[in-house]
Amino acid sequence: MHLEYFHLIDRIADLRTEQRSITVEAQVPQESTIFEGHFPGHPLMPGVLLIESMAQASGWLLIALTRFERMPFLAAVKEAKMRTFVTPGELLTIEAAVLHEGSGFTITEAKVSVGGKAKCNATLTFRQVPFPNDDLRGHMETMARRIGFPQQMFAHG
Amino acid sequence: MSSTFDRVATIIAETCDIPRDTITPESHAIDDLGIDSLDFLDIAFAIDKAFGIKLPLEKWTQEVNDGKATTEQYFVLKNLSARIDELVAAKDA
Repeated sequence: MHLEYFHLIDRIADLRTEQRSITVEAQVPQESTIFEGHFPGHPLMPGVLLIESMAQASGWLLIALTRFERMPFLAAVKEAKMRTFVTPGELLTIEAAVLHEGSGFTITEAKVSVGGKAKCNATLTFRQVPFPNDDLRGHMETMARRIGFPQQMFAHG
Repeated sequence: MSSTFDRVATIIAETCDIPRDTITPESHAIDDLGIDSLDFLDIAFAIDKAFGIKLPLEKWTQEVNDGKATTEQYFVLKNLSARIDELVAAKDA
């Protein structure tokens, strides 16, 4: 994880397109400027970043399901629950699965756990649109390679 | 069994917290009921689930944007209900 750059996913551990689900891992850094403010003397991973990490895990799943044809943008967060604190240095396992595939939108359910213990969960809605430009698509492809996105799921090989 | 319109009206009332008795077959979901596109995704989700279909929102939006259809054809509730009936019939055919 590189919190300041919103790089919240380190590695795709398991991507199951037939089951429409994904598991990713993310190592919370020991140090970050984020923790200087959140909170002084009691560093905690912000809930909004945990939601974002679930959104990013879901997003990689949706990109895989559309074979890199569409970019998912977070549109709604429901039923988000921050169950216990996430602290610096913890290894997060983030799982996401499709709840519903609509026309131009998809709803996922996602959760974060550490060592098998639930940390947070949410139901997320995404709008899916063609990539707005080549720069974003190129950036996402670079990120995909970095986190182990399966090569065969790139639309153009 | 309640009509398609009744089921759709109930979904809209529950999803968007709109009084059920203000929703009529002539209501335009956007212009009359003030439902925006994000709230309509929740309605589409509920309709998809309730009727076992997939509302082709992208196709409809494209047709409206291209001037090939009006929003009334899809978003006045009696028309939306008719489209749902068509989709259900096509699924069962």
